[in-house]
Amino acid sequence: MSIQVKDVEHVAKLARLNLSDEEREMFTEQLNAILQYADKLNELDTEGVEPTTHVLHLSNVMREDEVHESLPQEKVFRNAPDEEDGQFKVPAVLE
Amino acid sequence: MSTSKYETVIGLEVHVELHTKTKIFCGCSTEFGAPPNTHTCPVCLGHPGVLPVLNRQAVDYAMKAAMALNCEIGDVSKFDRKNYFYPDSPKAYQISQYDQPIGENGYIDIEVDGRTKRIGITRLHLEEDAGKLTHVDGGYASLVDFNRVGTPLVEIVSEPDISSPEEARAYLEKLRAIMQYCEVSDVKMEEGSMRCDANISLRPWGQKEFGTRAELKNMNSFRGVVRGLEYEQYRQAEILDEGGEVVQETRRWDEAQGKTFSMRGKEEAHDYRYFPDPDLVKIHIDQAWKDRIRASIPELPDARKARYTAEYGLPEYDAGVITSSKPLADLFENSLEYTSDAKAVSNWIMGDLLGYLNSNGLELPQVKLTGQGLGEMINLIEKGTISSKIAKTVFKEMLQSGKLPQQIVEEQGLVQISDEGAILEIVKEVVANNPASVQDYKAGKEKAIGFLVGQVMKQSKGKANPGLVNKLLVEVLKD
Amino acid sequence: MSLFDLRLQEVHNRLSKKELSVTDLVGDAFAKISERDGQVGAYLTLNEEGARAEAARLDNKLAGGEEKGLLFGLPVGIKDNMVTEGLRTTCASQFLANYDPIYDATVVAKLKLAEAVTVGKLNMDEFAMGGSNENSSFHPVRNPWDLSRVPGGSSGGSAAAVAAGEAYFTLGSDTGGSIRQPASYCGVVGLKPTYGLVSRYGLVAFASSLDQIGPITKNVEDAAYVLQAIAGHDPKDSTSADVEIPDYLEALTGDVKGLRIAVPKEYLDGVDPQVKDAVMAALKVLEGLGAVWEEVSLPHTEYAVAAYYLLASSEASSNLSRFDGVRYGVRADHAGNLLDLYLESRSQGFGPEVKRRIMLGTYALSSGYYDAYYLKAQKVRTLIKRDFDQTFEKYDVIIGPTAPTTAFPLGSQVDDPLTMYLNDILTIPVSLAGVPAISVPCGFADGLPVGLQIIGKAFDESSVLRVAHAFEAHTDHHKQRPSL
Repeated sequence: MSIQVKDVEHVAKLARLNLSDEEREMFTEQLNAILQYADKLNELDTEGVEPTTHVLHLSNVMREDEVHESLPQEKVFRNAPDEEDGQFKVPAVLE
Repeated sequence: MSTSKYETVIGLEVHVELHTKTKIFCGCSTEFGAPPNTHTCPVCLGHPGVLPVLNRQAVDYAMKAAMALNCEIGDVSKFDRKNYFYPDSPKAYQISQYDQPIGENGYIDIEVDGRTKRIGITRLHLEEDAGKLTHVDGGYASLVDFNRVGTPLVEIVSEPDISSPEEARAYLEKLRAIMQYCEVSDVKMEEGSMRCDANISLRPWGQKEFGTRAELKNMNSFRGVVRGLEYEQYRQAEILDEGGEVVQETRRWDEAQGKTFSMRGKEEAHDYRYFPDPDLVKIHIDQAWKDRIRASIPELPDARKARYTAEYGLPEYDAGVITSSKPLADLFENSLEYTSDAKAVSNWIMGDLLGYLNSNGLELPQVKLTGQGLGEMINLIEKGTISSKIAKTVFKEMLQSGKLPQQIVEEQGLVQISDEGAILEIVKEVVANNPASVQDYKAGKEKAIGFLVGQVMKQSKGKANPGLVNKLLVEVLKD
Repeated sequence: MSLFDLRLQEVHNRLSKKELSVTDLVGDAFAKISERDGQVGAYLTLNEEGARAEAARLDNKLAGGEEKGLLFGLPVGIKDNMVTEGLRTTCASQFLANYDPIYDATVVAKLKLAEAVTVGKLNMDEFAMGGSNENSSFHPVRNPWDLSRVPGGSSGGSAAAVAAGEAYFTLGSDTGGSIRQPASYCGVVGLKPTYGLVSRYGLVAFASSLDQIGPITKNVEDAAYVLQAIAGHDPKDSTSADVEIPDYLEALTGDVKGLRIAVPKEYLDGVDPQVKDAVMAALKVLEGLGAVWEEVSLPHTEYAVAAYYLLASSEASSNLSRFDGVRYGVRADHAGNLLDLYLESRSQGFGPEVKRRIMLGTYALSSGYYDAYYLKAQKVRTLIKRDFDQTFEKYDVIIGPTAPTTAFPLGSQVDDPLTMYLNDILTIPVSLAGVPAISVPCGFADGLPVGLQIIGKAFDESSVLRVAHAFEAHTDHHKQRPSL
């Protein structure tokens, strides 16, 4: 599998990254090199092998339905780039 | 153009908010209506470094809902991340379930035009709700409130078994009733605790392959769902009639304009990149857990309906209406703890109660009527303490004040007059004052007695026992 | 012997006897910082005022004879990916250059409970992505042993600070080797505990299924001492193990008689000859103490790097999506619509390596490639874990070098990500298997420290520490200090 510039553009859009022309080319080249290297995994027969998501076999970790105190407004908005009427403000969603 | 040339195929995706006390992955309250962003913490705000911890009650509720919808409950369930950027999603991924949902392969039965139809349920999965966006500055900006983010939701996906907007409504009503009976959600479409998206396509009768579907969003009421689907049925039929092709797209229902509009261009092709959430561990559901939840499921609407027709002899239709809403059915049963006349209870519910609610746009919990009130009122009528006419006054008062009928009757002096002497006096007075009507009656116009009865009732302020009035009038007029 | 050369336990004892004050210790740390950090660049944010005030408070407490926390008065530096309420936390990223955390990480809360004194926040590769600390968006860290060389990464600041005496101990985080490799390059001790032993709550996630916090210290005993204070179940972390925490100091018996050591041949192939010599010499030391070693094979070692970069990058691509400019962090000016806000804020906020990994991870998870890359890598992870499981059926520990080489010159590998990734070939398999490992100094090659990696069974930190401690007791590599 070889990555084209257009694939890099598509992935950049999914990841919400703006790439310069230079970056686009650099990433195309580098991702190709890395994925080519990753293709070595295909040397291994993994038929019937369970994937590992967690190394520990934990299950049913749950908490009780008890209310904890929420944050004071000062903390909620301490790092907010823009705020209005106790809400986070962003440019319009629709383009 | 006619829609009858095509078969309509509808599948519904319904989101139901579970009414746990706290959010699904943090301890913030889920209470509705708090000032913006006051029910938030580092976890639900998606601050760097935070981790989710699953609310056990949310899993219990989701299992209960799935079982009530006849779903199979797997032995293992897990959470996955659904990745997409949107300001109401603080982590830019939603924790949801991809390939191991809580429940699969369920169904519910609906009744349309007197026949029963089974609608398949593909899956029920657990996920977190998003925050709320409000548009400001003339549409150039949005404000985000994260109070709702992290409220537990179940998404219930139906099979494409629904063939008409009416069936869609029946499905939603049944679904709502089941959720109500299970007491896992408030299921209020108006407050957003129940939301519905629809996939709809048409195909010529007899064709096996599905037609191209449109996904409908933003239908905020049962009526909206029906209207949106009706419009879309019409729109797609028109395209097909003209030999055109339906575009696969998401369309937004506009309630005010009564039309659907394409959302194309406003959303890109999605690639959610689902993968197992490494911050959460698997849920292993053993038999004991399943048994415990199953034991908590109450009698569901279909079972209650069958019982009401068999045990109380209610008409099929009435039993269906009463059991379609848990508060209504509970009122019915509660009333029967005070009176044995189930038919009368049913009639009052079907008539005066629903009439009042519908004409005032109210829901049962918004009025103060109790089962005890309704049951005791029916007893008062049976004992002759109040007339059916007075009962209507008492009933209205009960709706508004919640007082018991005996108290209302006493406070307002509404006890029926059954004292023959007292009524006879009024009868004589009315006969004396209405010679023309008396003459008409004697001349054979028997209808004239109706007017005289009315006069007696009026003079007694409606309290005279109507049977006695009639009997005494006939006697007096004979003389 | 300087203050700094004292073992932490010894410092604790001297504090108890009032032969020392916390103010002395904190003063010593800041003196070293002001003298050396201009060259080393280990710190991103100093907490001088807060630390001195805390020192005064603790000294008062000391005068009152109250009970003291386990890490009472010890100056600690914290890698800047663990959130500290009220103390800027940047992950060495421009995106978080002004981020003022609203809560404390669980480890930070534990340090406070143990009454350690936070000196400052330590430099790192941006979002812990890198093995040289050259990916810090603020400034690189330099290796105290040779300022022209890298300290390793991503916990480069954490390792360099200890090597330079700028903190009595530090915390680092390890995803594919980020504690062990810089510890090796800087000639200090670095312990990556078993996945799940130390809470991740408040550790800014890079790859959630791999990230683990651990101590970086001057010697093995100190590592055991610090681990005692930070290990343990945390209800805020669903992946935190609910296991009993043993007394790690008690495990340091010095006795390795009969210990069965596995030495994977794959860990010796292709490593720098001087590194190999140092490791072989270390094995001789252990042999002399009664341990036995055999060469074994961990056949899937060569696939670990590929599997790791797919898995870690995939998780990272999702973990770093929350940096969107809505609630905190960088927001691009003049973004007219939401899409531009996302694109511009993220493009301005992230450096090249972070972008590269987000791109790789997004690609590996995207429609049509998930099975070929992400799922395949997860299956290979299973095979790699099995290598370890099988080896641990017959052996107590696995030993090899921590890194194939010693610290390399700054700038020598920046243009070649793949080569850079291959520096982690000996630490990554351990991370994928989730087992504990320590790097201890085992010699020098051309004046640069070499690290010995001792790997144990899951939750058997005790054995790892015992072996490392026994080895260390019979060598004096850890006593060497760079001349700064």
